[in-house]
Amino acid sequence: MEGLVTQIQGLSGTASDVLSLQNLLKQADDSLHAESTRLPPFLDQLDPSKHSLGYLYFLEACTAGPVTREQASSFVLTIARFISSCVAEQIRLAPDKFISVCKRFKDQVLLLEEPLRGVAPMLTAIRKLQLSSEHLTALHPEFLLLCLLSKCYKTALSILEEDIFEVDQPRDLFLYCYYGGMISIGQKQFRKALELLHNVVTAPMSTVNAIAVEAFKKYILVSLIHHGQFPTNLPKYASSGAQRNLKTLCQPYVELASSYSNGKIADLEMYVEANKDKFESDNNLGLVKQAVSSMYKRNIQRLTQTYLTLSLQDIANRVQLNSPKEAEMHVLQMIKDGEIYATINQKDGMVRFLEDPEQYKTCEMIERIDSSIQRLMTVSKKLNVMDELMSCDPLYLAKAGRERQRFDFDDFDNVPQRYNI
Amino acid sequence: MDGEDDILNPQMEEMCANGIGGVEDAPSSSTSTSERKNRPIISGEQLDIEAYAGLYSGRTKITRLIFIANHCDSTSMQLEALRIAYDELKKGENTQLFRDVVQKIDGRLGPNYSMDAAWCATVDRKAEQKKEKLESELNAYRTNLIKESIRMGYNDFGDFYYAHGALGDAFKSYARTRDYCTTSKHIIQMCLSAILVSIEMGQFTHVTSYVSKAEQTPEALDPPTTSKLHCAAGLAHLETKKYKLAARKFLEVGPELGNSYSEVIAPQDVATYGGLCALASFDRTELKNKVIDNINFRNFLELVPEVRELINDFYSSHYASCLEYLGNLKSNLMLDIHIHDHVETLYDQIRSKALIQYTHPFVSVDMRMMADAFKTSVAGLEKELESLIADNQIQARIDSHNKILYARHADQRNATFQRVLQTGNEFDLDVRAMLLRANLLKHEYNLRASRKI
Repeated sequence: MEGLVTQIQGLSGTASDVLSLQNLLKQADDSLHAESTRLPPFLDQLDPSKHSLGYLYFLEACTAGPVTREQASSFVLTIARFISSCVAEQIRLAPDKFISVCKRFKDQVLLLEEPLRGVAPMLTAIRKLQLSSEHLTALHPEFLLLCLLSKCYKTALSILEEDIFEVDQPRDLFLYCYYGGMISIGQKQFRKALELLHNVVTAPMSTVNAIAVEAFKKYILVSLIHHGQFPTNLPKYASSGAQRNLKTLCQPYVELASSYSNGKIADLEMYVEANKDKFESDNNLGLVKQAVSSMYKRNIQRLTQTYLTLSLQDIANRVQLNSPKEAEMHVLQMIKDGEIYATINQKDGMVRFLEDPEQYKTCEMIERIDSSIQRLMTVSKKLNVMDELMSCDPLYLAKAGRERQRFDFDDFDNVPQRYNI
Repeated sequence: MDGEDDILNPQMEEMCANGIGGVEDAPSSSTSTSERKNRPIISGEQLDIEAYAGLYSGRTKITRLIFIANHCDSTSMQLEALRIAYDELKKGENTQLFRDVVQKIDGRLGPNYSMDAAWCATVDRKAEQKKEKLESELNAYRTNLIKESIRMGYNDFGDFYYAHGALGDAFKSYARTRDYCTTSKHIIQMCLSAILVSIEMGQFTHVTSYVSKAEQTPEALDPPTTSKLHCAAGLAHLETKKYKLAARKFLEVGPELGNSYSEVIAPQDVATYGGLCALASFDRTELKNKVIDNINFRNFLELVPEVRELINDFYSSHYASCLEYLGNLKSNLMLDIHIHDHVETLYDQIRSKALIQYTHPFVSVDMRMMADAFKTSVAGLEKELESLIADNQIQARIDSHNKILYARHADQRNATFQRVLQTGNEFDLDVRAMLLRANLLKHEYNLRASRKI
């Protein structure tokens, strides 16, 4: 054991040394695991900021077995300190170990019922493990889970803002998008939530999994809140398993959506009342209630298309509210949220609907359009690069050459003839 | 000359009175037959059943009378219709319909109009004998393989079945003559018979196919036949709710039709169906060119002056009187077998068009004046306008406080900017999702490939 420690201390200098160290450590891994109880004192001899790789192996062996509560609090401190001071290049040589250490960290934090303690360290861990900001690691969903449990949504938003293009494990992506959707819903950013949930629901999957089912339920509700409608069919690129099965598995939600599209609030509320237990058991009751209240908003918005002025009494009648006072409250809230443009004349009890004052002539608007264009050009370029890479891939060319008869390529056939196997 | 004047003058007076003054009380029924022929039959007044029945012949007369008996409210009209139907059936050979009519009469018309079992039995027996004769003749012709005789044999069979009410068999027999037709005349005869039976059966898809078949014959058709084909096509389009096409077909019918197609349709019907469908589906220019300035169609419109008046009123924006004429005609139109289930839709379309046309030239419209012009309440008008605006047929907004309708022209520039930003967002979302999915697929494919290796 001591010999191993000295070797670690000696070989953690340059990159080539670290590589040879890694081989040694891999060979010694089993013996480390065998003597896990004896290891904690050796940790003090190693410096996490210089000997990150060695420290990691030791730490991983230490935390391998079952952990009691007292041990948990000390381990939590150790791991947190390690994460903040370790060197990114060294731990990237053994990503699996790092990931399992962090996961155990999360388990211990939850065991202690203090998820807030884990948020900051986990964020640092992600940044160190990521190869680029577009890379999704296995730690992302763990981080989001901690944020959800500790209710600090704002920190999570900074991670969610980044676009993800590289994925290691599909399961990570599903969990990431699902938790991310829930966090966005909590922050009332329904557009982002819709995007994330859409990614889960339409992701390629050979069989439907439970995450997709739960995500689909929330997807229906958020779609109703944000767009006021729910497309009855998933887009064509969704997996065939999803297209066939998701709707049958989420039957009450689909019926809720069709009841919503009929436009009668009384029917919708009755349906919600009747199926309250099902919604509650899925923890979606709050979201369902938000969907119902969004219906009033939808109806009032429709009125702005047809009327210039309307009395509050008329609004209450048409939108099926109980009194002009309630109508006034709803309209006031919508004006504050910027969802409609109107003025309320309390003397006459009249509401005057105005046009959108945006004239698209300001500098801010030009900047907005310009940045949008830049962004789209970068995304487009990325797409082209990926397309070129794909066209050079030998596996793809072989498959396309084999199945040439099935596809009707005509002018677009750029697979060379020699691939006709 | 004098005779003509005598007949024309009371006709003119009657027509003027009907056209402008509105509805009059039903005149007494004791009028001479010549006057009856001159008075418009489809009008706002209560339907004169005998005159109506006189327009048609053959099976359609009986089906129309039965329809009227089933659907009208007054017992006297019911009994009148059933009585005429009974008389007509006695002249024919259809015992099944005869039994139905007798059942409906239920003895209410006295002993002369009760079940005549003896007559039924005689007719059925004669039918059996005739059928055997026809069959043996047909078999003889078939063994002789003379095309013309076989064709005529099948034709006779078709006529026989039609007279006895077996419409399906009649249609099959007529269809079989197709293989033995040698000249275009034969083909046309076959098509017309098939069309007749199809209309009676209510299978209007066959009607359309046979009409196109008849129109494709290499020889030129004589005018009465073309008119008949146009009428049949128009009826088919009407039944399938293609009102614009139906209107165009009816408007192409020439005056040569006369009474030659009374087994199917009367000229009054051509005018009514064509006029109403045109009003519901044409725009102003088409209405003017094809209906009002159409000399041929004018002859038809003369037969139903109320329809003529209401079309002119619509074109000259006298909406109140136009809608009044429509209301008056409604009860009689509901008794017509072809148009009764389309009356509501056509009326709604005409009304919507009137509303849209009224608001079109104005920047702002006082809804109280508009409600007066359409003889409705302001609240009702507001509801109608709201549904038209929601359907995007009127570009306007309602000022509910002052009850004024303001025309609203969308700001193209703003709308374009909004669309641009939205498209950009959607593109962004779609491409990013696409890249993500591609990545997942690549990962899965690599996984599968590495497993194979």
